[in-house]
Amino acid sequence: MNWISNNLGLIGDRTLQHLAIALPPILLSFVLSVPIGWLANRFRWSRGLILSVSGLLYAIPSLPLFVVLPVIIGTGLRDPINVIIALTLYGIALMVRSTADGLASADAGVVQSATAMGFSAVQRFWRVELPLAGPVLLAGIRVVAVSTMSLTTVGAVLGIGSLGSLFTDGFQRNIQAEIWTGIVLTIALALLLDFLIVQIGRLLMPWTRVVNTGSSRRGSRRSGSVTKAVTA
Amino acid sequence: MNLLFEAFQFIFDPTSYGGPNGIDTRIIQHLLISFGVLAIAAGIAIPLGYYIGHTGRGRGIVVALSGGIRALPTLGFLILIALNSQVGLFAPVIALVVLAVPSILAGAYTGFDAIDRRTIDAARAVGMTEIQIVGKVEVPLGLPLLMGGLRSATLQVIATVTLADYVGGGGLGSYIFLGQQVGDYPLMLAGSILVVFLALVFEGIFAIIQRLVIPAGVAARPVKNLRPRPITSRTV
Repeated sequence: MNWISNNLGLIGDRTLQHLAIALPPILLSFVLSVPIGWLANRFRWSRGLILSVSGLLYAIPSLPLFVVLPVIIGTGLRDPINVIIALTLYGIALMVRSTADGLASADAGVVQSATAMGFSAVQRFWRVELPLAGPVLLAGIRVVAVSTMSLTTVGAVLGIGSLGSLFTDGFQRNIQAEIWTGIVLTIALALLLDFLIVQIGRLLMPWTRVVNTGSSRRGSRRSGSVTKAVTA
Repeated sequence: MNLLFEAFQFIFDPTSYGGPNGIDTRIIQHLLISFGVLAIAAGIAIPLGYYIGHTGRGRGIVVALSGGIRALPTLGFLILIALNSQVGLFAPVIALVVLAVPSILAGAYTGFDAIDRRTIDAARAVGMTEIQIVGKVEVPLGLPLLMGGLRSATLQVIATVTLADYVGGGGLGSYIFLGQQVGDYPLMLAGSILVVFLALVFEGIFAIIQRLVIPAGVAARPVKNLRPRPITSRTV
């Protein structure tokens, strides 16, 4: 405990560094996955192609990607931008399937009604299909947020500062309290962010509040939880 | 790009092979550790996942485990275990098993859970015993999802073995950390490329296996009510 009180400044710095690396990928992957997910559904060939590319991308382990990226984009090995780009790629790879499935899950009747009411394709996308995909997008971004928070620490072995630096430093100097601090803070930040995202989701999608979003053993089998949330 | 060229030069140089630090040795080490870990993890997770999937008891554990493990920073966990045990293989193996279990558990459990209740009721109605239901209905129908779980566990383990070299352990990660210590960037690149190659090979193998294990009758039926796949994410 002594270590913590003596190093509050360091812990604060590492936390800020951590957030500066982890938050942009979460935001970027959410925003970028929407057009990519849309494109996946748009053409017959594009879905398979986009999903296999993102699957392969996600199969690449993070540490090797952090090492290889600088050669491709011409940055230094210890530049935090490498981690930000790598984590954005992972986030997109994870999100694209959710986005594509979510956008495709809108009930055909609902989409046709929107068309019949005079919605243009663009209006229909923004006002019908995207909001209806909301719960699926929310589930996807929660996974991305939590895993991005813990992936950020990996960069520390290459000297890219984050809460992970508390692990590497604690290892080299054999300070267990430092490692514990890093682990607890990383998990706490992930849970906090997850909580915030859920709250934002509740604000933006008031209609989902009625139904328990956790899919029940029987219910989820009969119909997608998305359509249920909408019809309820 | 010159650096990449040097890295490939290292990979294709015959003198990089053989000996305790040869590429072949490192790849075999990497695979042996990975498969050992996966075998232990599967031995724990598959029976447990089947039990939970069949009885429906303890489903909360699976959800909590597969959700919770996502937040756990692997590097910190590896280092913590390494500091509290002897240097060498033991620490990484324990940590790796712990990290691999949730994916396999989720695969085994969701494989059973995703089966239409009516299929199982029908099996019971035609007089199958519980063991027959598990062996002849639930296990075959659950195989594709179990393979999905094994697939993400394998990728997770291959990635984590690389990282585990930070605390000692052997495998391809040693090139990355050795290269870092002596300032040999091409060596780091070569190690990284080899790991990526290994991961993609296994991704491909599992993609094929997952297709092969779909029971014949299932593949013929049009897929209705696509359940959202369990989102399994890697933490390394």
